[in-house]
This record gives sequence, C-alpha cells and structure tokens, in this order.
Amino acid sequence: MRERLESLRTEALQEIQSATEMELIKDLKVKYLGKKGELTAVLRGMGSLSAEERPVIGGLANEVRAALETAFAQKSESLETAELEAKLQSETIDVTLPGASLEPGSIHPLHSVIEQIEDIFIGMGFEIAEGPEVELDHYNFEMLNLPKDHPARDMQDSFYITPEILLRTHTSSVQGRTLLAKEGEVPVRIIMPGKVYRRDDDDATHSHQFTQIEGLVVDRGVSMGELKGVLLQLIQKMFGPDTEVRLRPSYFPFTEPSVEVDIYHPEKGWLEILGAGMVHPRVLEKAGYDSERYTGFAFGLGVERVAMLKYDIDDIRHLYNNDLRFLRQFKSV
Amino acid sequence: MLVSYDWISEYVDLTGITPEMIAEELNRTGIEVEVIYTRDNGVSHVVVGHVLSVEKHPEADKLNITQVDVGSSEPLQIVCGAANVAAGQLVPVAIKGATLPGGMKIKDTKLRGVASRGMICSAKELGIPDKFLTEHQKQGILVLGPDAGIGQDIKEYLGMNDQVVELELTPNRSDCLSMMGVAYELSAIFNRELRLPEWKEAVSSTERSQVEITTDLEEDCPFYAVQVVKGIQVGPSPQWLQNRLISAGIRPINNVVDVTNYVMVETGQPLHAFDLQTISTGEIVVRRSRAGETVVTLDGVTRALDDETLLITDGEQILGLAGVMGGESSEVRSQTTTVLLESAYFDPILIRRASRKLGLRSEASNRFEKGIDPERILPALSRAVQLLQEVAGAQVGSGVIVERSGEIEEVTVTLRHDRLMKVLGTSISQEQVLDIFHRLNFSVHVDETKNYHVQVPTRRPDIQLEVDLIEEVARIYGYDRIPTTLPWGQQQPGRLTDSQRLRRKLRHLLIDLGLSEVLTYSLTSSKRGKEVDSLTPSTGLVRLAMPMSSEHAVLRTTLLPELVQTAAYNVKHGNEDLSIFEMGRVYVTQEKKLTELPEERTELAFLLTGDFRSARWNRQAVQGGDFYVAKGIVQAIFERIGVANVEIQAANHHEGFHPGRTAELIYNGEVMGVLGEMHPQLAKQHDLKDTIMVQLDLDRLQQAIQADVRYQAIPRFPAVTRDLALVVDKNVEAGVLEAGIHEVAGELLESVRLFDVFIGSQVGEGKMSIAYSLVYRAADRTLTDAEVTATHSKVVEHLQTTLGAVLRS
Repeated sequence: MRERLESLRTEALQEIQSATEMELIKDLKVKYLGKKGELTAVLRGMGSLSAEERPVIGGLANEVRAALETAFAQKSESLETAELEAKLQSETIDVTLPGASLEPGSIHPLHSVIEQIEDIFIGMGFEIAEGPEVELDHYNFEMLNLPKDHPARDMQDSFYITPEILLRTHTSSVQGRTLLAKEGEVPVRIIMPGKVYRRDDDDATHSHQFTQIEGLVVDRGVSMGELKGVLLQLIQKMFGPDTEVRLRPSYFPFTEPSVEVDIYHPEKGWLEILGAGMVHPRVLEKAGYDSERYTGFAFGLGVERVAMLKYDIDDIRHLYNNDLRFLRQFKSV
Repeated sequence: MLVSYDWISEYVDLTGITPEMIAEELNRTGIEVEVIYTRDNGVSHVVVGHVLSVEKHPEADKLNITQVDVGSSEPLQIVCGAANVAAGQLVPVAIKGATLPGGMKIKDTKLRGVASRGMICSAKELGIPDKFLTEHQKQGILVLGPDAGIGQDIKEYLGMNDQVVELELTPNRSDCLSMMGVAYELSAIFNRELRLPEWKEAVSSTERSQVEITTDLEEDCPFYAVQVVKGIQVGPSPQWLQNRLISAGIRPINNVVDVTNYVMVETGQPLHAFDLQTISTGEIVVRRSRAGETVVTLDGVTRALDDETLLITDGEQILGLAGVMGGESSEVRSQTTTVLLESAYFDPILIRRASRKLGLRSEASNRFEKGIDPERILPALSRAVQLLQEVAGAQVGSGVIVERSGEIEEVTVTLRHDRLMKVLGTSISQEQVLDIFHRLNFSVHVDETKNYHVQVPTRRPDIQLEVDLIEEVARIYGYDRIPTTLPWGQQQPGRLTDSQRLRRKLRHLLIDLGLSEVLTYSLTSSKRGKEVDSLTPSTGLVRLAMPMSSEHAVLRTTLLPELVQTAAYNVKHGNEDLSIFEMGRVYVTQEKKLTELPEERTELAFLLTGDFRSARWNRQAVQGGDFYVAKGIVQAIFERIGVANVEIQAANHHEGFHPGRTAELIYNGEVMGVLGEMHPQLAKQHDLKDTIMVQLDLDRLQQAIQADVRYQAIPRFPAVTRDLALVVDKNVEAGVLEAGIHEVAGELLESVRLFDVFIGSQVGEGKMSIAYSLVYRAADRTLTDAEVTATHSKVVEHLQTTLGAVLRS
C-alpha cells in the first residue's frame, strides 16, 4: 500500500507538472482527489490494514493529499497568470495614437497676469475695486491733484467724449471713488485692475487701449518702507525670488515722493515696470482723509508690460490681434 | 533737455566725472537720462583748409581743381565738384586716412585723370543734421567762418567732440530746463562746487529810457522788463556760440536771435528781441487778445486768436504772442540796428492754453508754461546785453525799464524731522538732512523741536509742501537706502467680490470646455457696432469727440461684432475651427448727448464656428456651428453657477441672428441672453460658415443664481424607466411636449430625457418622431408596475389629446 501511495504521488505530480491548460488540471483533480479518485480509492482500502500500519499509512496518505493539493494550487495559479498574460498581450494598443480631443481652451495672457496679481494681493489682505471706464474728468484728473491746465495732463493725452467725460487714462481714477465710498475708514487696501485708454497710435509698444492695475493703501503710519516691501513681494512673486529691483525718484502729480520701479532683465538691462509713490496729501484731503493722521501709498502697473516681459512677447499688438496661433500658446499659464 | 558736457562744465566742477557717471547719478536721483551721445558722428582726420586757388578741370565741366592749404608743408591738390567753392574760403577738408559718417574712408585718388588728395566736405558729409543748417549751408561745401584756424581739427572747431546728455524731464522739474538749473542739480548729487557767473546790469550813462510799459492785468504779467540795445550788426554768431546752440538742439540763425536763445538755455529765461524801429508808438502794451484778432507769427503763419491769448503790442499793432512766438512784423532782420530786448514773467496757465490752442509749442512756451524763475529775469536780460556787446558790436541803448507788480514772494516750507522718518520708514540723522539741504543750496534753519524751516529758492516752484521736501531729502539720500518692511496695522481678509468670483468661474469653465479667451477693443466703428443688436437697448452711441480713426470712434454696445471680426480674421489666417469667448463691458446710454456717464454692463459672449472639438481620429467631430452645442455650453454655465428656471424662447427679431434659429434666454420676464445662429447674410459678409453666437448679460445672470445649495436625500427606493416614442407634427416644440409630460406625471416623474428625434418619409410628411426616456420614482416606497403604468398611460393620453401625438408602435 505504501508503494501504491508513493507511485501515485510520483505519477500525479508528474501529470500536474506537465499539464498546460486549466481544463486538464480540473480533470486531474477529479482523477486523483475526487470522490471516485485514485487517492480516495487507496484510502478506502485502509480498513484492511493492521492497527500498527493504519496510522502510518494514514499519515502518508494525508501527506500525499497535501502535496497534491499544493501542486494543484501552484499549477492553477501559474496557468492563470500565463493565460492572463497571453490575454493582456493580445489586447495591446498603440499608445502613440492621439488622445480623444478634450482640448482645453486658453486664457488670455493679460487676464492670466491679472488673476495672478490679484491672488498675490488677496493673499496680502487686499480687496479688488472696480470703477467705470467712461469717467468724469473730476475722478480721472481733478481728484488726483491734476487740475485743468496742469502740465502733467500732457503726459496722458485723452479720449474725451464731452469736456467733462472721457475714457479713463489710468485706473488711478478708481482711487478717489473708492476713498469717497469708504468715508474716511481705514485700513484701505485695494487694487484696481482694468482697461484704460490714451490717444496713442497703435504700434509695437503703444496701444490706444491697455490694461493697468492700480494699488492703494491708506492707513495710519504707512511708510515708503512698506511701499518697497509690498512692491518687492509683487515683483518677486511674478518674476522670481532673485529678481533685482531698482527704485528711482520720479514724478506723478498724485504721489509725493514718487518712485519709478525698474527690474533687471539679464538681456535687456534695467526695465521700467511700474510707477508708485506716497499718496499726495492733497489727494487724501480731497477724498476726506486727514493727511496728518493718515498716510498711504499707491502704485500703477501696466499689465501688458508684465505679460510681455514674463512671456517674452515682442509686440503689444499681439495681445489685441486675437490670433489663435498666438493665444493658444497660453493654454498652461 | 539736451545738456552739453562742455557747456555745463562751466558752471559746476565736473573734474573726474564722466557723462556716463552723470547719467547714472541723475537716473538714481530722479531725472531720467534718455541717451548720451558725442556729436562727432564718426568723423576723423578732417581739418580746416584754406582754398588758395580754383581752376576748371580740363576734362569735366562740373569739376574744379583746387589747391588747399591744410597747414602742412605744401598745399594739397583736391578735385572738388561743389559749385560754391572759391579761392579764399576756409573749408573742412577730409585728408588721406579720414573717416566720414557712415564709415566712408578717404584715400588719394584720381578724378578724370587729375590727382586729388582729399575731399572738401559739405555739412551733410560731416553728418550735421539739416535742422541745424541754414538754406545756404545745405548747398555745396560748408564754408567756415574767419575764426577757423588753418590745419585745425574740424571737430574742435565745430564743437564735435562735445558730449550731449539728453534728459527726459518730468513736468515738475522745469528748473532743469536751463544749464544753471542742471548745474544746481549736479552740484547737489555730486557734492561739487558751483561756479555760477553773476551779471551786472549794463548801465547807459547817456541814453534815457524811450519805452513806456503798460500791463492790462497784473496777474497775467506781473513782471516785464526791457532794455534797448543799439548799434547792432546782424550777422552770423561766432562758431563757439553756434556750437553750443547746436549741442542744445537749437539752430543758429543770427547773432541777435542766437544770443536770446543762448541765454534762454543758460538761464532758463526766454528772451525776445523786437526790432525797435517797428515799434512806432514807443510803448509796450501787454494785454489779452480780442476774439477775431489775427497775427502773423515769425513762422509766417496767420493765426486767429480767441479772447484770452496774451499779446505784446505797441498799443496799436500786435508785436507778438507773449511767451509763445514773436510776430513777423517786429522780427529782427539783417538791417536791424536797434532792438528792444524783453525779459518777463507770464502767467503759466495763459501761455499753456495759448500754445495748446494754437498748436504752437516753442522752447519759450515750454518754459513759461511751467513757470520760470523770477529771480533770473533781470540777470538774464543783463547777460544778453553783455553778449550782444561781445558778438554783435552792440552798445547799451537804455537802462533797464521794468514794470512789475508786487515783490517776489519768499517761500518757506517746514519739515518735521519725525514726520520725515515716519513717511520714509527709516531713521536718518539731523546732520544728514542738513547736509542734503546744504548740497541742494537751500537755506535752512533748524529750531529746537527739530523742525527744518527751509527757504525754497525761486528756481524750485515745485517745492510747496512738507512732502515735497521729504522727496528732496529721500532722493538725494537714496531710495535704495530705505529699508524694506511689510505691513502692518490691523489685518483684514482679502477676497473677490461675488461678481468678480462669477467672472473667474465663467472664464475657467469656458476654458475647460475648450473655448479660448480673446480680448478686443472697446472702441469700434459705428457701422460695425450695428451688426448685432445689443442686449440692453441704447438710444445713442457713446462717441469720442475727436476719434483718431473711424475704426475706433464709438464705444461698443455689444461684444459680438468684435468676436465676429476676430473669427473672420482667424478663418482668413487658416484657423477654421474656432470657439472663442470674451467677457467685457458694453456701454449704453439713453441720452442722445451725454450729460451723465453711460451705463457700463458686463457681458459674456461666445462664438463657435467650424469644429468645436476637432475630430477624434476614429470618430466624428462635434460641430461648433451647431445651435445645440452652444446651447449645451449655456446649460453647462447655468449648472456650474447654479442658475435654474431660465426660459428659452424662440426669437426672430434680433439683428445679426438667423430668424428661425435664435432663442432668447429669459429670467423673471427679462431677456438675459440671446443664443442663435449668425444670420447667413452677416456670415457671408465675413466669409464665415455656420457660426453660432451667444451673448449673456452678467448682472442679470448673477441675479438668477440660486446660491443656496442644500443636500437632498439619496433615493432609497428603485426607479422604473419607461420609454415613450411619439409621432407628432414637426412644428410641435420639444419644450411643449416636455412641459406636458411633467404636468401629467407629477411628482412620481423623476426625470425626462430626450434620446431620439427623427424627421423623414418613414414617419410621414410634416411629422417628426420623438422619443423620451421617463424615470419614475417615489421617495417613500417601491413603485408597483400598476402605479407606473397608470401614470404613464395618462401621460400618453394627455399628449394624444392636446398635441395630436401618436404612440409609435
């Protein structure tokens, strides 16, 4: 009986080993381990054994069963793996064929820049204010310490509609409106993005319509040091933390002292990027703020200039031509 | 302002300071330097020659053979083609090895068989711009003055070694419109010694004043001074004077005019010289013009005047426009021998208005309109008299005659030390502040509370307030030395407003859906503006008073025409598949002529043409020119921002839209948008294929937002789906069918989805097959088959009776 068990084990293991399909494994399972299987048949003959032999043979029989079961399990697994592999192999696709078209559109680069700058300032506790593009001379000039006949009005030749109504020449016009609306409240921390218009012939560096972001902070004890700090934040976030910045004294009728801010471009040298300054006391007074108690700073930046520098755009007209071959380059910005 | 390095060095010690250093420091302290250039134009080896003889060239009519002494051992033989060459002239000669502007090199050569050892140059060949030349000097070779030395380097003689620093002055720094002003500035920033000359009034012992001055309005002309200069010989100025004027960008004319210009550049005080003979009345009356008067100015133009142009008259005749330009009749001519020199202060605003209205900007008006230094009125006059004596053989013809009202006010401005530190955000010592004021040449007195009382010089009218002094201190101290700090006080959260958030959401939704954002001009032509109806009717267009072109003359009332234009441009350039959008303002008014600001409404518009999503290689593309694709986008917008209850109604009356393929989006009885196919005629005009246009009013869209989002329980009981396939008349609207289904099925109906529409012969002429999938569900129980069947049958019955629908087998 022992011999039979041993030869059964050898024979079965051999057959399992050489099986190449799952079907055959199933058949072999029935053949050896099934109710009418060979091992079962051997075990049925146990009754004829002596009391000493029975546990020995019984033990051996269990050992053989365990060996066969392990072999079946291993073989099934390897066959299944092989079958899966073959299936996967046959299902291979060409991954280099183009994807289904879910092409995203593109943001206009100027709006991308505006959103980025808005987010930087929102992070610093600023609100975003807006005002009309068709504006009263009063807000565009007078409130900003630019009375009629002021020589600085020449710096911004304007599109007038009537003698008192014009297309705003800068977003600084929103300053007066916002300050009046705040009725002397502080702190004032706003930025004012928007379209502005000047009588310029459209060429590579001029556009009769362009975009500005004006900024204004009014509070107790606001200093030029803070103006520098805030502008540095803006520039380093927009152009990288190592960007070199230079401040030059300048002149705007609505700020005093006034500043022109340059950044250093490795190829083009120093480039003017924005104008700024401490809010002129007359501007504060006109808007109902006591210029002894409160100080403030303001800045104005040309969005086109930032976009052109950031994305290396050589002609401002690209930003208004709306050629899709240009616009689609800004899908990821 | 053009600053000659040679000239400015006279007034301030610039030893060891190069023009480049000047540029850098001026930039750092607040005056922008545009450019620095040398006037030599690349000229070298050109010397002064003396033409000894001129003979005709035997072989060529137009050529002359000259012998020219250039200071070397023997004269040079030079063939010259200029008609004006003559023996005895002093001329510029480019000798062997010379370089001329443009890189031209001079060698010994032969012209028609005759040896020529150099070239006699014209002004143009030396690179002198036409604007500095008299008509005479533009023709032929340049004939030099008698003060040229034979063999002298022409660059030295013509001042071409001088370097010019070009300043871009802001309007507040008119003090730097003079050499003296720039000298003060350089002295402050380099801490160098000033060397300003002082000019004494030239007194005449014999002559008595011959001129009576009257000023109509004191504030128009608070200071008017004249002096008579006689015995003048009008002629060209000496070369050194001409050279300096050219460095300053001014054309030399004759010694009298040149002297007035020279003194203007030197002191900042514009002067004018009248030919005294033309002043027949012997008096000067300064008055405002009367409407309808005319004057012929120096440039020969007849100018009509309004009633507030300041004039210089002799009581009868107009002699000139005060501060702007002299009159032709009183002009200094070659035969003039006696002039009346004028030095005055005119009201800056009047001068500015006059110069703007007349379109006449002169060096004088540019200075007067910004305010000149009253302290220099008399010194400038004396300086001019002195120079005329030197260069025009003149004699003093009278004492200085002055008509003035009041005294020049002394302005004292106080700066508080602690305020200075607060505004700058830095600490700075009293010594530093005093040093800066000292360098600026401001007299200052400090009191015991550390307040600086600064006496502001009259040359700096821009300094009026404490902040102006703060800026002066800061710019000399150096902005780069102010430490950087971050704010500050009470913090507040920053955020977008609701409408700003909505715009961002829409922008990014549309981009994610595959549309590209464009940005077009707000100004359009009145013709294009009318191509598409605006959402909010506007009675009038907002028109510019003086447009630069008809293309950009009125403000748009709708965004769509610009999108159409953009589409046409792109299609023309090979981009046939376009899906573009824009958000921006439109400007509407109910006034014919604006007296108030127009209403600015923010709109969203989009346009689709060609393929919306370009074809996947194994499937069909989605057509952008399809009404339902656009409607899907509109619905996506509504869902994304939470807008419900928008009615969509067919509309056949919108300009620019297809009358049978256009819908209005209506909320609360108000049209908030229009969606439709572009009218085929408009499409044809712009060479566009099927195109869909949509415009939405964002303020109205925002009002339709249902901000309240509340969780609804997820259904626990199963749904039953029944399909409903009907044949109806083709003109039955799907919206009406759906409304009917909802009406009858009531609460048990969870959703209706259209899944097929078919029009064709199989369903009959004028008919349409339409199929819906209806989902029934109850929130509190599992619906029985019987319940669903009963409801579904009622739906069918209702549609049969009300709309003549037939159930498809």
